[in-house]
Amino acid sequence: MSVGEALRLAWQGLLANRLRSGLTMLGILIGVGAVILLVAVGNGASIKVQNQVQALGSNIVYIYPSSTKAGGVSQGFGSGSTLTQADVNALNDRSQAPDIVTAIPVAQASGNMTWQNQNWFAQTTGSTQDFAQVRAYDIKTGAMFTAADVTSSSKVVVVGQTVVDNLFQGQDPVGQQIKINRVTFTVVGTFASKGSAALGNQDNVAVVPITTAWNYLTGGRGKNISQIVIQATSADTVKAAQTEATNILLNLHQVADPTNPDFTSQSQQDILNATSQITGTLTVLLGAIAAISLVVGGIGIMNIMLVTVTERTREIGIRKAIGARRRDILLQFLIESMVLSGLGGLLGIAAGWLIALQIGSIKIAGGTLPQPVVSIPSVLLAFGVSVGIGLFFGIYPANRAAGLHPIEALRYE
Amino acid sequence: MGEIEVQALRGIDLQIVEGEFIAIMGASGSGKSTLMNLIGCLDTPSEGTYLLEDVDVAELDDDSLAMIRNLRIGFVFQSFNLIPRSTALHNVEMPLIYAGDSAQRLERALAALDLVGLADRAHHQPSELSGGQQQRVAIARALITEPAILLAEIMRLLTRLNEQGRTIVLITHEGDIATFASRVVRLRDGLILSDDRQVPREPAGAEAPSEQAAAEAVS
Repeated sequence: MSVGEALRLAWQGLLANRLRSGLTMLGILIGVGAVILLVAVGNGASIKVQNQVQALGSNIVYIYPSSTKAGGVSQGFGSGSTLTQADVNALNDRSQAPDIVTAIPVAQASGNMTWQNQNWFAQTTGSTQDFAQVRAYDIKTGAMFTAADVTSSSKVVVVGQTVVDNLFQGQDPVGQQIKINRVTFTVVGTFASKGSAALGNQDNVAVVPITTAWNYLTGGRGKNISQIVIQATSADTVKAAQTEATNILLNLHQVADPTNPDFTSQSQQDILNATSQITGTLTVLLGAIAAISLVVGGIGIMNIMLVTVTERTREIGIRKAIGARRRDILLQFLIESMVLSGLGGLLGIAAGWLIALQIGSIKIAGGTLPQPVVSIPSVLLAFGVSVGIGLFFGIYPANRAAGLHPIEALRYE
Repeated sequence: MGEIEVQALRGIDLQIVEGEFIAIMGASGSGKSTLMNLIGCLDTPSEGTYLLEDVDVAELDDDSLAMIRNLRIGFVFQSFNLIPRSTALHNVEMPLIYAGDSAQRLERALAALDLVGLADRAHHQPSELSGGQQQRVAIARALITEPAILLAEIMRLLTRLNEQGRTIVLITHEGDIATFASRVVRLRDGLILSDDRQVPREPAGAEAPSEQAAAEAVS
């Protein structure tokens, strides 16, 4: 018997018991639908986090000072102050570091800012005029401060969207005077919103020339650089740029033991890898939970196929009497079982997909849920697995049918 | 079932030659069903041998037996044994499906149905057919692979098929029907009681040679 014939028979068999077939299919439908949906939700979350990491800037490598110890007690990550302006200058030397576009120093100062009777708290960052480009901030209004501002230590500031919203109450901030830690600054520009929140609000920022930060905001800590941000020429050269930067700094700092330098470098890719490892684990976990319901659905299929075989014992006897071989009967019932689960799988894919499309529009506190992303491999895998479940759970009933003795089967009432 | 072993057939020695029309008679429990199962290769003897066209069927595996049932033997069961929820046409073409013989399968099945006068009922299911019509579907199914032996538990159409040279084994307990056969074997308690040759009675309608008339004769 050909597979086409078996498919026709399977279809007839399923139509003969519509309700029963439908209910059995429902078991697989729910299982496959759950797998598709939950994997899509996991993917969606993963993609959202990755986008946020990308939004930190493009092709970025961070250099942090290593932790220092005071009296044998570690002061924590980044507590050292080993990075200097000389390091930044060396990293900006194209002859030594051809894969680096630019390196910028960053000094952090926290500052309470006030404007008229409003006040707001934001991280104030001291850096150079290249900050916007390196960290991928777009200027919305006004302009970034200039190299001249850095040289002359001008009291100018560029603020992020969250600061604009909370401090200026709808007024145009450019040209306004604000106070940061009681020092008066002139707002020269604003950043366009990056619109993401999972890795900290990147819109709650204020950027001033680093020299200004040193002079007015960081107190007595001197020309402290809390991190150097390096932009590589392209995504392909990030690794090379990281290596060049490491070598330059090892040299400059006269580090004797390269395995224990006084700074740490971390590329954007390192952060991406770390986060995608977490979200990947989440996705697998969600998929595994859903897969359990698939197994339950498979057992339902086996149950119904056993009932079907018993019901059709006499038919099996007739088929054998007129010349059906063992494998003809086997094929007939296996295909029936696979059609049952495969069809349930297709419907489950459709259901999971439809629900996934709706989830992104569900409102929760702080916006919407991450839009689930249905991956084509997960769809193909789910369909393959559902057909495979039909095959696996169909083997026992089909084998039982095929093994029936024709005379006993014919006598069955 | 139970503990007691029942020997359905004991010491049967029977030879059926090609082209014969043989009626096997016996009361219920005489072993005639078992004999039919053996002749039809549905079962193999626990002792002794059965040679079908000089082949010992006991030495054949299940698939070979299935092939013999498919191609060499046609069954017409008393209860017809049609497959429910399958059309008359599908029932008739089924042996061809298992034979893997797809050449003009539908045409041949339709022709076979036409031969028994049921061409217009091809797409009806057994439950939508009368007993007589179901019987004719069963006959069409038995004949579609042009088997060497026709094993029948019912009478219709058999005389005419025998005249075409087909070996026919008729299993019955009605002496009246057996008078159409040229040889009658009577069984009792698993043994052959008698084996007589006789002049078969002319069936009504045998004088009408056309197929259409034959079809009418069985309705």
